[in-house]
Amino acid sequence: MESAFIIEKSVVIVVVFAVTMIMAMYSTWAERKVAAFLQDRVGPNRAGWGGLLQPLADGMKLFSKEEFFPNTPNKFLFVVGPAIAMSTALMTSAVIPWGDRLHLFGRDIILQATDVNIALLYIFGVLSVGVYGIMIGGWASNNKFSLMGAIRAASQMVSYEVAMGLSMIALLMMTGTMSLKEISLQQQGMNWNVFYQPLSFLIFLICSFAETNRTPFDLAECENELIGGYHTEYSSMKMGFYLFAEYASMFISSTIISVLFFGGYNYPGMQWMVENVGVNAANLLGIAALFVKICFFIFFYMWVRWTIPRFRYDQLMHLGWRILIPLSIVNIMITGIVILRHDIAAYLGF
Amino acid sequence: MSIETISLSGRKKVVSNKDMSFVERLYLVAIVKGLIITVKHLFRKKVTIHYPEQVREMSPVYRGQHMLKRDEQGRENCTACGLCALSCPAEAITMKAAERKPDEKHLYREEKYAEIYEINMLRCIFCGLCEEACPKDAIYLTESKVLVPANYNREDFIFGKDKLVMPLEMAMKNAQLKNAN
Repeated sequence: MESAFIIEKSVVIVVVFAVTMIMAMYSTWAERKVAAFLQDRVGPNRAGWGGLLQPLADGMKLFSKEEFFPNTPNKFLFVVGPAIAMSTALMTSAVIPWGDRLHLFGRDIILQATDVNIALLYIFGVLSVGVYGIMIGGWASNNKFSLMGAIRAASQMVSYEVAMGLSMIALLMMTGTMSLKEISLQQQGMNWNVFYQPLSFLIFLICSFAETNRTPFDLAECENELIGGYHTEYSSMKMGFYLFAEYASMFISSTIISVLFFGGYNYPGMQWMVENVGVNAANLLGIAALFVKICFFIFFYMWVRWTIPRFRYDQLMHLGWRILIPLSIVNIMITGIVILRHDIAAYLGF
Repeated sequence: MSIETISLSGRKKVVSNKDMSFVERLYLVAIVKGLIITVKHLFRKKVTIHYPEQVREMSPVYRGQHMLKRDEQGRENCTACGLCALSCPAEAITMKAAERKPDEKHLYREEKYAEIYEINMLRCIFCGLCEEACPKDAIYLTESKVLVPANYNREDFIFGKDKLVMPLEMAMKNAQLKNAN
């Protein structure tokens, strides 16, 4: 493998990692600001202008807090729990196409850490490992209530993963590929998948709320029903990791929604920009367009959090198993019929 | 006209328990409505008062911390009659009277004065009845913005004469202002 390729990929990986971290960091700030604004308050405004240094202050506080270990049979697993939650949230960013290509130093630089042709499968695989982070954390806490919180969270995530996967199948039938790169390319112009698969989008959106443990599905960590959920026994930065992982996965799932349904880095008039202004400018604008979409969805997550009350556990399971899964199967059937009709029409020469 | 349908205020609403229609049971419309309501608040004027920089404006009849007044010559007004303690609904005031010595005429106006005068700020409800009961215009509730400063010990909330009596400089200034007028 040529060294330039390795350097190029490592730079992309480091940048993607840094961007994910910074976005997750500032999501915590944005969450507090949005929450405050939606409640007619001002929010953090002490650390830095508009409280912009607040994430750093929070981090410093979490690092300097006392580390507490419960009398658990396995201290190693207790530490591994948050680490798994964090790394699964970050690993997903590897397959996301952040833009098409940049032309620098006489090379075409693909703005994607790696273009796997089974990217969607990879994302689902990594996401399902995230359940282990919660489950191990709850088990290693040596606390019955934490364990119950963890089981509840795990069953929630597993249930919604089914509906999420099924809603994806309709999209896959339409696009015919699992590579996120190709899915982005197919959506050039305004051919966003959300116009062709609105039901699939809705199911996917609801499921990603459940997968990231966000309100209205934040039963995993609700305080009033099951003390603190699976992270009752966690303190200092280990607790911070769990919270941070939530924001990181929120960023990633916003990105996946934007890429799958809202055209990724595409924006109206991109083709014109490539031809008239140049590849680099067009793609930088594309990255900006992607980030606008991502930021909107992150905002949407927060917006929903302060609108919809939390679901009861049986309502959650009812919604997952008896509404979303049948609905996504119906969606698959409809998509199948449409594709079949299209194919038959093409075959008969209409 | 049956009693159920009478509405004296004109605002009576009959509760309907009708079943929700299919669209209503989807909840999506309700959720979108809710989202619109919350996003409207995003652009509302914020009601926060930035406390250390801004202080909430008090009402004109606001009553702040107590002060034991001095007259124009800097003598304490209080004669330790105990009427304030008697009128206090919260039993916050205690005092001990003492007789004025001949060489203390410049300190106390009356022949009797309060040797110890204490208000328990944990009990005080700032009703102002002590102020109304006082025949000597000695106790006043000022317009001070600080009601009771925070403290670590309960004993520190019992305010003695050191915290209550008007500072001598303030009495002098008041006297000067009065002369100027």
